[in-house]
Amino acid sequence: MSAPAEETQKYRDHEGPYFGNFGGRWMPESLVAALDEVEQTFREAKQDPEFLAEVHRLGRDYTGRPSLLTEVSRFAAEAGPARIFLKREDLNHTGSHKINNVLGQALLAKRMGKTRLIAETGAGQHGVATATAAALMGMDCVVYMGSEDTRRQALNVARMRLLGAEVIPVDHGAKTLKDAINEALRDWVASVEHTHYLLGTVAGPHPFPEMVRWFHQVIGDEAREQILAMEGRLPDAVAACVGGGSNAMGLFHGFLDDPEVALYGFEAGGDGIETGRHASAITLGRSGVLHGARSFLMQDEDGQTVDSHSISAGLDYPSVGPEHAYLAETGRAIYEPVTDAECMASFELLCRTEGIIPAIESAHALAGAARLSRKWGADGEGKIIIINLSGRGDKDVETAAEWFRLLPGQANDPIAEAEAQQRTGDSASEAPQTGVQS
Amino acid sequence: MSTEATPAQSSAPVSQATSPTAPSATASSKTADAIEAARAQGRAAFIGYLPAGYPDKETSIAAAIELARNGADVIEIGVPYSDPVMDGPVIQQATTEVLARGFRLPEVFEIVAAVVEATDAAVLVMTYYNLIDRMGADEFARRLAEAGGAGAITPDLIPDEGGDWIAATEKHGLDRVFLTAPTSSAERVAQIVSASRGFVYGVSVMGVTGARDQVSDAAERVVSAAREAGAERVCVGLGVSTRAHVEEIGRYADGVIVGTALVAALRDGGPAAVAALTAELTGAETPR
Repeated sequence: MSAPAEETQKYRDHEGPYFGNFGGRWMPESLVAALDEVEQTFREAKQDPEFLAEVHRLGRDYTGRPSLLTEVSRFAAEAGPARIFLKREDLNHTGSHKINNVLGQALLAKRMGKTRLIAETGAGQHGVATATAAALMGMDCVVYMGSEDTRRQALNVARMRLLGAEVIPVDHGAKTLKDAINEALRDWVASVEHTHYLLGTVAGPHPFPEMVRWFHQVIGDEAREQILAMEGRLPDAVAACVGGGSNAMGLFHGFLDDPEVALYGFEAGGDGIETGRHASAITLGRSGVLHGARSFLMQDEDGQTVDSHSISAGLDYPSVGPEHAYLAETGRAIYEPVTDAECMASFELLCRTEGIIPAIESAHALAGAARLSRKWGADGEGKIIIINLSGRGDKDVETAAEWFRLLPGQANDPIAEAEAQQRTGDSASEAPQTGVQS
Repeated sequence: MSTEATPAQSSAPVSQATSPTAPSATASSKTADAIEAARAQGRAAFIGYLPAGYPDKETSIAAAIELARNGADVIEIGVPYSDPVMDGPVIQQATTEVLARGFRLPEVFEIVAAVVEATDAAVLVMTYYNLIDRMGADEFARRLAEAGGAGAITPDLIPDEGGDWIAATEKHGLDRVFLTAPTSSAERVAQIVSASRGFVYGVSVMGVTGARDQVSDAAERVVSAAREAGAERVCVGLGVSTRAHVEEIGRYADGVIVGTALVAALRDGGPAAVAALTAELTGAETPR
């Protein structure tokens, strides 16, 4: 790993198709013309004041931007010495950051004359956002979702259907996000004439990584302005969860060229890296190509994709956006895994101390930031961490209730309560469980 | 922008500025020879696809041999992959079964060697690129050449990203077949034609693999676009499933590619059914 040369210190506004050794277009030829059309439309739209005004108007009047920056002192106090602020993407319409990208791409789709949107979804947040945009703009919508995820996120399936979208459960492979993407690509290759594939993260073939980041940059730009207004200085670190990596890239982008701001991405550690049951592609560090991009990829010795595992459907993806792979390789950002157990302890802590129920995805960032604050120890006094609270946890209440044994039949079980207590207690004092780079 | 950092595995993608190596007219191509031999007989070549190791290694070898005995000039051995985005349900299901029984990549080279040994057909593999990438393009090409394979079809690799593979296939004297689609611009068709060796794979329809009732009228346009760009051999696949399709496409293309229909035959009736269907599709009177 070597530092980039002086003249390449600028990380902001990096254009595709390549991010260092990563990115590109590892895609069937049949889709190249469509990708070219998307890229050209995107580049023209970025220069069009009317388009920019429309994106801004929708953000303000429909999504509810700017999202708040909230200091969470009670949560921070239990975690460590640092001050913690949450970028409240959970308060956006539809309940997560996903809407930023979706509204932007839906406008581009209309600009291209497309009448149908297709999307993949894991947790259902991107599917809900896409169904929402389709309803708002009068477009047809089909959402592919792994059948394992339709079970884990039944409420979001109902939401998408209420919004008029067709949800197609995908039964092959691991029946999760990667398989939903495969199915969406198969649809797109046959429907590309009238359909836009509204990819939900900073992964996939060029121009998606660059374009999806661009629609999410508003997160980091706002956070930067807000912290400067509130505290008169930049944060010491920003933190976000990383599955495909869109919320993290949106937040990071605002601080990429501020070397004094450390960037932390927290991957889903599942049961722990050592168990093999996780979704920490960067930590594993094997380069490969999947879904159109070269990036870090969970794969076996033959190059077959390895199934990922996470309590959070939204992070349950065996690869990661190529720009994250680049930021990891250059050392500009640091990526660490957070286990299901660590994540759920912080989930519970935020609920209890701040009255905010986070998405389980976002709770990985809470746990990682809390760990960072603990690690800083006394040096962390007065330091500031901004965490992207990328989504709210309404969709996760059932999973959490099961985890904490709050469901009928589980309640009042003294052993279960003791275990839950144990988990919460442990994570407040324990060092990172996985022992990877920190 | 640039970085000196090296990726964990394989080498870096080539930049788009790197122009693909022009096919060498003098280098011998097993696939080209097979197609030219069919042309000399006044017909289009017949190219049949079967997945490696389906339903097991020995049966997949036997089925591929039946393909050749009943008139296939070129055989494609598909490599099972966890994320086959260009494949429809029939092939997906077959390759998923193969992976579920613990298939490992070296089996492909053993199957290729066995089929090459037993037939005169040119034997290509059809593989998604990450399997090549993980082994390393040069090592994959070396082992394929060592097994007697003719080359590879790479459905999710475009020449823009093909630097490593083009270099490896040049070094080991293998054919590399890139795909061209109904939506490909003239500029891209030219790039694809110049990067390909053996033949150019014309995608007949916008979609994934699978038998279809009709051959799209886009197929003929795909072939003529490739010819205008200088392609000597253009073969057409996707959706081809009947003798009528084969005859129709054979009028304008140099080869006709059948996959899903053969895989379904193997699934339902074993190598004997593959023999019967191949004989029917190639117009041979009776299965041999």
